[in-house]
This record gives sequence, C-alpha cells and structure tokens, in this order.
Amino acid sequence: MKYTFPLAAVIALVLIAWIGSQIPGMQYLFGVAIPYLAMAIFVGGFCYRVAHWGKSPVPFRIPTTCGQGYSLPWIKHDKLESPVNTSQVVARMFMEIFLFRSLWRNTKSEVHPGPKVTYESSKWLWLFGIIFHYSFLVVVLRHMRLFLDPVPGLIQFMEYGDSILQIGAPTMYLTDAGIVLGLLFLFGRRLVNPQVRYISLANDYFPLFLILGIAVTGILMRFFIRTDIDITAIKQLAVGLVTLQPVITHKIGAIFYIHLFLVSVLLAYFPFSKLMHLGGVFLSPTRNMANDNRMRRHINPWNPEIKPHSYAGYEDEFREFMVDNNIPVEKELPPKAED
Amino acid sequence: MYDSGKIIPGLIIFVLFITFPIWYNQFDAGAAPKLEMPTEAKQCVLPAAEMRANHMKLLNQWRDEVLRDGDRKFFEIEGKRYQKSLQNACMKCHTSKKKFCDSCHTYASVSPYCWDCHLAPVE
Repeated sequence: MKYTFPLAAVIALVLIAWIGSQIPGMQYLFGVAIPYLAMAIFVGGFCYRVAHWGKSPVPFRIPTTCGQGYSLPWIKHDKLESPVNTSQVVARMFMEIFLFRSLWRNTKSEVHPGPKVTYESSKWLWLFGIIFHYSFLVVVLRHMRLFLDPVPGLIQFMEYGDSILQIGAPTMYLTDAGIVLGLLFLFGRRLVNPQVRYISLANDYFPLFLILGIAVTGILMRFFIRTDIDITAIKQLAVGLVTLQPVITHKIGAIFYIHLFLVSVLLAYFPFSKLMHLGGVFLSPTRNMANDNRMRRHINPWNPEIKPHSYAGYEDEFREFMVDNNIPVEKELPPKAED
Repeated sequence: MYDSGKIIPGLIIFVLFITFPIWYNQFDAGAAPKLEMPTEAKQCVLPAAEMRANHMKLLNQWRDEVLRDGDRKFFEIEGKRYQKSLQNACMKCHTSKKKFCDSCHTYASVSPYCWDCHLAPVE
C-alpha cells in the first residue's frame, strides 16, 4: 500500500524524537541543533528552488484561459479568465492565492448506465482545502507568541479570535479543529475517490501524515499530556533560538521534542517536495502571464543572436577563395603589388 | 534568470518574513518572568510541577463544581481547610495578580478570562 510506508516513516520519526530526547544531553540536539539545521535547509532550499525555476526560459505567453479573450470592442472581454495586462493578472493571481479560485471549478465525473458520463460541480475539495490552509496559516502565526517578546497586539488578537468559544482550559482553538478536519478530508479523499487513489503516491501521503502528526502532538501537548510542559521554559527556548542564544532551563516533556522534531522534518523536507507549491503558486506560468500573445511581440529568449550578413560582406570575406575556384565575383581582387 | 526584477524582491520579502522574529527581538532574549512567591505558606494545593502544568484545569474544575453544580465542599491539606475559590484560596497566599499571575501570562501571551467575572485586586 502506498500509504503504509509514509505512515511507518512518520511513526519512526516520532519514536526517534521520543527516545532520543530522553537520553541525557540529547535535548540540545533535538531542541537546538536540528531546528537550526532544518531552518537553514528550508530557507536555502526554498531560495534555490525558486531561483532554479526563474532560470527556465518562457518563450511565449501560456496562460490557461477559460473565458472570452480581449477582442473587438462590442465583444465582452472576460478580464479574470483571460487577462491582458498586469492589473488583470494581479487580480487573477490574488483570487488564486487567497481564495483558491481554480479549485472552485473542480468537477466530479461519473459513469451512469447507458452508458452516460455526467460531470457535476464538486466544491468539497475547495472547502476543506481552504479550511486546512487558513487554519495552518493561523496556527503558524499564533505560534509567534512563543518567538516574539513582547508579543505584538496582532498576534494576541488572533489568539483571542481563535479561542473565542472559551471551551475548556486552556481554551480550545478553532484552527486546531480546522487543521485536523481539513487533513482528514484531504487524506480520506485519496482513499475514497478511485481516480485520486490511483494517482496518489507515497510523497502525497507523507506530508499529510507528517502535518497530522504535528497537529496531533501540538493538541496533545496543549490539552492532554501536560507533564513537564512549562510554557515559560518553552518560550525561553524559542526566543533563545531566534536571538541566537538558545537555552534549555528546565526539563521539558518528550511530547514537546516530538512536536519540534516533526516540525524540523517538515521544514527540511519542504523545499524538496510538493509542498513547494507555497512558492510555486506565484510562479505558475499558466496563471501569472497576460494573454497578450497577439498584442505584443514576445521574443524567444534562447534564440541565438544572428547578425545580418549581406552578399557584399560575404564576397568580401571569401573573394580570394571564390576567384581561386573560378566563381564569378562582382568586385575583382585588387591588383597585386609586384605586377 | 528571467524576470529577476520580480523574483528576487519576492524572495527577499519571503526571507525577511520568515526571519521576522530575529529582526523583531533584535538579538535580545529578554528576561524570563520572575514570580513573587508567597512568604508564609510553604505548600500549594498540589505539587509545584503539577500546578505549573495544570492550574488552569483545576480552576476550571472548581468553577464548574461551585457555580454549575453548587458543590462548595471545603478540602483539607495538612489540617488546613481551603475553599474552592480563586480569591478566597489562591489569592490568600498569592496576593498579587500583577506579580504572580500576570508575570507568566503576559510573557506567554495568555489571557485567561477569570477577570471577566472576578474583580481584579486593586494594585
């Protein structure tokens, strides 16, 4: 099964961090060295991948258009589906990046007796995709309370909004439920939908399990396994990491090291995986280009530079050889000096 | 690189955003919160490690028992009777909200809603 190996890998990672962090002295490896290494790989790898993409030449505009292109004045132009200038492209990209607009067009195809094929709109992927991504974003931003001292008002406000239902103590976060719900749907879709199941690979399942592992360990640490979870010790470590003077003042529970190790693995894995769609969405050529092939001249960037070469120039270059081979020339060779 | 005029500024913004905590803290880790411990009382209702991790759950449980179930039973530790109460038990020893509760809560940006109903002591 394509999902057993990724699942086993995530379980192995949990066990490595769990057992490793219990060995005296290894806390600095899991709490300091590995997070620094992971962050370096993440930033370096991310920039490398984006720069690598930037080196690919794009000979002409290849946007996917799904609406009426710019044409004669009385034909209504669909500005978002077939943008012709930068502002229309920006509007299209904004809708894509912030609202996942192209997933709104997701369809489900079915074969009915007859045989008859039907296509119908299926917005579930869009719905759970957007729940997952925004929950993840808020979760990451909320964690800044552990890295920033003093904590900015915006982060406090975000946290207030996220725990507005005031369920339990510590208060439950809405985004905790959102991220787990979203992940379970995204995983379930790969199991239930036969077409998606067929094309799903281990590297589709691994990030799902890994992020689910991170979310679950985070939730366990906050609400259930609170032994040795001293938030001030954790914040001292987190602030220490970003001020380059990390310290581990107290014993911190194993669940914290498991959570941190899984996050480190996610960061290190990120640049080499499908998760690079974080950067890739900005660089997708079928979205970020204007459909102006017929309005502007686009020159193929890998065309060699060919200088004009006239017949007169050609004869100047080869006249001697032409005369030697009795090829007629327009201008004779100059008379030789000794004659 | 093609479109470097857009890609390189984009990457710079990304890296600055990712490393924001470094610029924000300016390499100053700040001081860890120091709690003012009670001078007279020697022990709390639970061991310190357990209180540190689970005091919010205990307070929530007391709130539910007292206010929702009307269960105001006292409990005894080493011959001393305590009430299930924030102000009549906890704050008898930990007298200062600012110097005890707030020091950690502010540091970790935790804003419990105890004081939505309780009157915070004037300090």
